Amino acid sequence: MRQSVGVSDAGFELKGVRVEGSPRPRLDGVDLDIPAEGITVLAGASGSGKSTLLRLLNRLDVADAGSITWQGVPIQETDVLMHRREVGMVFQHPTVAPGTVLENFRIGAMDLDEETGADLCGLVDLDPSFLHRSASELSGGERQRVCLARTIATGPAVILADEPTSSLDPAATDAIEDLALRFVHPDSPMQISWIWVSHDPAQCRRLADRVVVLGEGRILATGNAVELAEHGDADVRRAVGGER
Amino acid sequence: MNEPLADIGLAGLAISGILIGVALALSLVRRLGLEKDLIVAALRALVQLLVVGFALRIVVDDDDPLIFTWIWVVLMAVVAAWTVRRRAPEVPNVIPLSLSAFAAAAVVSLGVLFGLGVFEPTGRAIVPIAGMMIGNSMTATVVVARRIVAEANDHRDLIEARLSLGLSAQDAFAPHLREAVRTGLIPQIETTKTVGLIALPGAMTGLILAGVEPVDAVRVQVSVMYLVLGSVSATAAVMAIGLTRGLFTSDHRLAGRGSVSSPP
Repeated sequence: MRQSVGVSDAGFELKGVRVEGSPRPRLDGVDLDIPAEGITVLAGASGSGKSTLLRLLNRLDVADAGSITWQGVPIQETDVLMHRREVGMVFQHPTVAPGTVLENFRIGAMDLDEETGADLCGLVDLDPSFLHRSASELSGGERQRVCLARTIATGPAVILADEPTSSLDPAATDAIEDLALRFVHPDSPMQISWIWVSHDPAQCRRLADRVVVLGEGRILATGNAVELAEHGDADVRRAVGGER
Repeated sequence: MNEPLADIGLAGLAISGILIGVALALSLVRRLGLEKDLIVAALRALVQLLVVGFALRIVVDDDDPLIFTWIWVVLMAVVAAWTVRRRAPEVPNVIPLSLSAFAAAAVVSLGVLFGLGVFEPTGRAIVPIAGMMIGNSMTATVVVARRIVAEANDHRDLIEARLSLGLSAQDAFAPHLREAVRTGLIPQIETTKTVGLIALPGAMTGLILAGVEPVDAVRVQVSVMYLVLGSVSATAAVMAIGLTRGLFTSDHRLAGRGSVSSPP
């Protein structure tokens, strides 16, 4: 179990965030601080609003009410394209563009040279020979690592990961989790924090410095997985794999 | 000009109706059940074209002011825009976009052909040329618009992946837009390449039947083919720009949280 870290002003701050939906709001009055350090896992049942919350943070969606700040600045006041490079996103299904791995790296970093491409491969445990392979012919786990490296190429401070291992086999899942843990290790030369959506309690316990449990568009609880395993709400205990 | 061959008279028209009889006989013998459709189609074509023919007498008469001609052209464009909406109901804002596309095509193609003196700006020239321009542009509009919307829906994940990497909406959608516009233009380019090899094109056939020397008819036909290519390109460009704007918000998000389509 990983140790909890404190809330930092350098991260995201959400106040009264609401996203309309049918038959009920996707998010309803969400107040939340997410630090820009370590790994924050957003847990909860399907339809609880985890992915909606993540999309708001990358500005792929906008809230109908409330405010979101990133590093103290309301996100709608920042340049959206710069924001997305600073707050990268990795999706559930590893969606690669047609072309080689190097061409995929260059989507967000047009001037990226082969040497830097090879370094990126190294960061996600891919052999540099992958650079000239067709991205669409790779396995699911390899493609997800290409997507991760493609996001890292834009130089993000935090990566929003929307169930990035849910379509992968256990070995590929372990590999992606190891990469995430490596980037938050104090000795890592490249520090990237994560906001990671997961519906897998075991993964939540393996990764989370801090857990945010959502239910029906609301925050049910925040804290570390050990504390939440003893929580009074059965949905919260279930989200972190505590006793039912 | 040689003696026109196209004046077939009422008797000629009636005799050509024998060919409908042949089609009816085939339908009856083979039990295709198409007799009613064949009769309706033949009568509708006759009535519609007669009405159009009488109206055209006013529109193409050199003694009448050109305003009637241009009203006719605008009506053709409006009908074409409604047709595009019927054929591509999933495309948002398709009527104003189609009209804008036809206007752009008209400026480009009619501007060159009439503005630079290729054809005399008479009703007799404007109506058929504008008709060919609008007809071909309409087909291209449907293909390009449907393809653009399909690309946005089918590749939503990839487009959002590009957006999430900090690409602008235009850059994120560019590969899909390119594909859609190519799909719209390639058939016309292929038609232009093979023209005359498989079938004589309509304008040229009409001129030859009207007694024009074939080489003279070719000159007109080639200018018409260029007109069509130019119009289709202008139409596709306007649809591409207009629809892309509608698919994305000003802060570079895909519009709507579901699939792209017209409001109910």
